[in-house]
Amino acid sequence: MSISVNINGEKRKLDAAPDTPLLWVLRDELGLTGTKYGCGAALCGACSVHLDGEVVRSCQIQAQDVEGRTVTTIEGADDKVAQAVKAAWNKLDVAQCGYCQSGQIMSAIGLLSQNAKPTNDDIDKAMDGNVCRCATYHRIRAAIHEAAKSV
Amino acid sequence: MAQGRMRLTAGLSAAFAVVTVAGMLESAGPARISGSPFGYVTPALAADNGDLFAPIAEVLRHPRCMNCHPRDDRPRQGEDRHPHQQNVVRGDDGLGFTNMRCTSCHREENNAYSAVPGAPTWHLAPLSMGWQGLNNADLCAALKDEKRNGGRNVAALVEHMDKDKLVLWGWEPGGKRAPVSTPHDQFVKQLKDWAAADAPCPKS
Repeated sequence: MSISVNINGEKRKLDAAPDTPLLWVLRDELGLTGTKYGCGAALCGACSVHLDGEVVRSCQIQAQDVEGRTVTTIEGADDKVAQAVKAAWNKLDVAQCGYCQSGQIMSAIGLLSQNAKPTNDDIDKAMDGNVCRCATYHRIRAAIHEAAKSV
Repeated sequence: MAQGRMRLTAGLSAAFAVVTVAGMLESAGPARISGSPFGYVTPALAADNGDLFAPIAEVLRHPRCMNCHPRDDRPRQGEDRHPHQQNVVRGDDGLGFTNMRCTSCHREENNAYSAVPGAPTWHLAPLSMGWQGLNNADLCAALKDEKRNGGRNVAALVEHMDKDKLVLWGWEPGGKRAPVSTPHDQFVKQLKDWAAADAPCPKS
């Protein structure tokens, strides 16, 4: 199946089986390995990307779902909010092992893009789908507040 | 003594008539209910006590239906109706919170690989349509109340439960989820019988 999709600002033609998970299209077909495989069942959030600006789990979205749509991965996240989030992540040294962090960052960008001044409760609810085995949650929350200062 | 025999004969005749009529009704396929001496009631009798709603309530209480009709902000999952993982909440529009939208994970069809369920317009029923914990009388009243049910009259309710793709998902839920136990065509017949009797609600 031929699929037209905008990925990180670039129009791409993909040749993939319609039910191929977007995650594997990104990683295997396009080499965008910043998006991680964690569980394959929408349980961990490591594969979070933006589809038309909304955070989705790329392990659940299929190639046929993205026809004519816009996908943004960690490699292409560079708007003002994304820059603020990345700066805050560096400043507070959020990552420990780092495996979940691209998903965490994509979700943090998604939250701050819709809610520039989130409360702790907003952050907890919006980030609950992103699991961190190193339990860096307190630093993630602090970094989102830090990024909010410059959004 | 003679009066006693007459009373006994009359009583047996009446009982035979009831059994005969009941047998005829059974072949015509009246609504079955539990607790009735014959296992069913006529529509007219059922209309008196709301028993026509009992098999409908049984379907509405199935986890495939009830899990998305909570009386709080948490959708439920599984046969044991536990709160949705990841602390998913309904959000302002019943479609989830920021980043945790229903469509972040649920597609318009079941996912054969991950078993994540999906159907068109996947969403949580509004709070006004929260049914968990209601007895049959309250469940029936909530279902019929157009101020709470999205403005649907009884005919529209039947249509909704007959045709809506998200409702129909309950019979093809995918994964290891148990489908609604009453076959869908039987459920629609139960709904139509109930509607034809002016949609009576039970007293309790």
